[in-house]
Amino acid sequence: MNFLSYLINGISLGSVYAIIALGYTMVYGIAKMLNFAHGDVIMVGCYVTFLSMSRMGWHPLPAVLLSMIVCTVLGVVIEKIAYKPLRRAIPLAVLITAIGVSYFLQNAALLLFGADTKSFTSVVTLPALKLAGGALTISGTTIVTVVVCIVIMVGLSLFIKKTKAGQAMLAVSEDKDAAQLMGVNVNATISLTFAIGSGLAAIAGVLFCSAYPTLTPYTGSMPGIKAFTAAVFGGIGSIPGALIGGILLGVIEILGRAYISSQLSDAIVFAVLIIVLLVKPTGILGKKMQEKV
Amino acid sequence: MKKALSVLLATAMVATCLGGCGQESESGSTDAAGSAAGTENAASAEGTAEAGSVFKIGGIGPTTGGAAIYGTAVMNAAQIAVDEINAAGGMNGYQVEFKAEDDQHDAEKSVNAYNSLKDWGMQILMGTVTTTPCVAVSEKTAEDGMFELTPSASSTDVIVNDNVFQVCFTDPNQGTASAQYIAQNGLASKVAIIYDSSDVYSSGIEATFVEEAANQGLEVVAEEAFTADSKTDFSTQLQKAQSAGAELVFLPIYYTEASIILTQANSMGYEPTFFGVDGMDGILGVENFDTSLAEGVMLLTPFAADAQDEATQAFVTKYQEAYGEVPNQFAADAYDAIYIIKAAIEEAGATPDMSVSDLGTALSEAMTKITVDGLTGDGMTWEATGEASKAPKAVVIKDGAYAAM
Repeated sequence: MNFLSYLINGISLGSVYAIIALGYTMVYGIAKMLNFAHGDVIMVGCYVTFLSMSRMGWHPLPAVLLSMIVCTVLGVVIEKIAYKPLRRAIPLAVLITAIGVSYFLQNAALLLFGADTKSFTSVVTLPALKLAGGALTISGTTIVTVVVCIVIMVGLSLFIKKTKAGQAMLAVSEDKDAAQLMGVNVNATISLTFAIGSGLAAIAGVLFCSAYPTLTPYTGSMPGIKAFTAAVFGGIGSIPGALIGGILLGVIEILGRAYISSQLSDAIVFAVLIIVLLVKPTGILGKKMQEKV
Repeated sequence: MKKALSVLLATAMVATCLGGCGQESESGSTDAAGSAAGTENAASAEGTAEAGSVFKIGGIGPTTGGAAIYGTAVMNAAQIAVDEINAAGGMNGYQVEFKAEDDQHDAEKSVNAYNSLKDWGMQILMGTVTTTPCVAVSEKTAEDGMFELTPSASSTDVIVNDNVFQVCFTDPNQGTASAQYIAQNGLASKVAIIYDSSDVYSSGIEATFVEEAANQGLEVVAEEAFTADSKTDFSTQLQKAQSAGAELVFLPIYYTEASIILTQANSMGYEPTFFGVDGMDGILGVENFDTSLAEGVMLLTPFAADAQDEATQAFVTKYQEAYGEVPNQFAADAYDAIYIIKAAIEEAGATPDMSVSDLGTALSEAMTKITVDGLTGDGMTWEATGEASKAPKAVVIKDGAYAAM
């Protein structure tokens, strides 16, 4: 029964990683850049939700919606100001800019909200599910997290397959220049990608903080890095890869902590990552790099 | 459009910078006002006193910067104690002057502060407040043979030199004291520990706790770690503690992580006794934290402002009147520190005309002989190593406030 319970915790943690990893993977797939500021957009989303709930007394639903809007706008603005001018620059310059944006957001939050820890009230009011006579408890947050994660994955896959904008994204990810020749608005498509990724970051942030209820200006950085790992694990650029990578990462982390050593849990996670990448350098579902002739 | 955006961004950046500077200088100026008041007192006393007829005690600690809350409390409380002692006839019949210098919790600034206090004529150092600067300054005091008593720097690194003594518990001692307290008060027989293995403070306390738990007959059923990189999910550690049947979970960690642990334990339906150390102090101040979750949490802290004894109440009232806030444990440590210096001076029969190093030797010897009843513990005694030994005090959180046990 303990094993089941560890497994459920792992899936719950992994689902949050998966939603965050989506943001990394989409942006990488389309703009071919690593948006290291993604983790900090999550943090901003958490603060918006937190402030509108605790200071203004809002209901969780409008609070989450507001935070999604703020994050979407923030994501688009970051892209316009910091990344778009560097579209033709070397990838290293964009990477450093992304790290710069990440520090900018952290320090701006430090200034605006202070360094002291805030306790985040869970937005999920669903009662915990008790199974097997109370031996197995699944918290409401866990259920909502897993369900939301699946809904987002399905929704996003449908969006990319069935809509025009989604097809444009696919086209841009395959070949930016050819897509432009075919009449796809590349800049608008990249902006849309950032908008979706950042909107999802808000949801991920709210779920993350509901499960692990503290909020500081650095809240986003560690899950950001873990989710980036998950994206690489599953194959960066691949949406189902983000799901698989995220959930595997969460489960390995929790089971490693439970059965091997609580001190070594991170070492185990990254050791597994190294092994996977040695065997399959593009990640579990990664596409083979195409040589351009 | 592009230009407009970059102008906007530039303005935003400048605004943030200015905002930052503005805030800093603001807090700086209020603190400066506070310490200026202190210096004024000292200066007015200085005008009347001739050299060699007063004891000059210096204080070093952060009164600005990130750790300002600690240094400010120490300096405020020390001033209260000095004023009380002077009004009651001084130390060994001599009046006392106290002067505080800011070190911003920085080792280099702390040494500078030490040098400028020496120029002022400091004979005894009450400080420094935080550990890292204290290690640096204690090298200097050892060279000069000056007596140094730190109210709150808790690492054992601070007291390697013979002339340095502590008021607070050393970090490892907190582990020993917690195990003794739990065993002697029969709080539990099966204990689990959740600690931060990437933090010296936490793992130091954990190690001594485990050692003493064995001596006290406590059974440690789960020893679970986390690190700075994975300090959000504690469900696994809690579950292992629960399935091992732990009645008490010992948390030698800071309050930020403790608040997550309490929330997660609650959502699991696991209700052991939680027992923390001084890092737990502050949990009730976390914004938006549901304090009902902390109900029944015990923590080892040397000082509780709502303790009912006369000395504590008198100190709290005086501090509130003078500075408008409830004193924390750092204030209590500093208040005790001044009275400990008084006791040592009187035990040694020291006089202000002694040289700094003679005074240092005399006071260091006297420290091992005195017993002081203070706000932070009854019957405090000292080893020659500089460690304080005192009965631990524990508080329990009741109705969202500390209550003495």
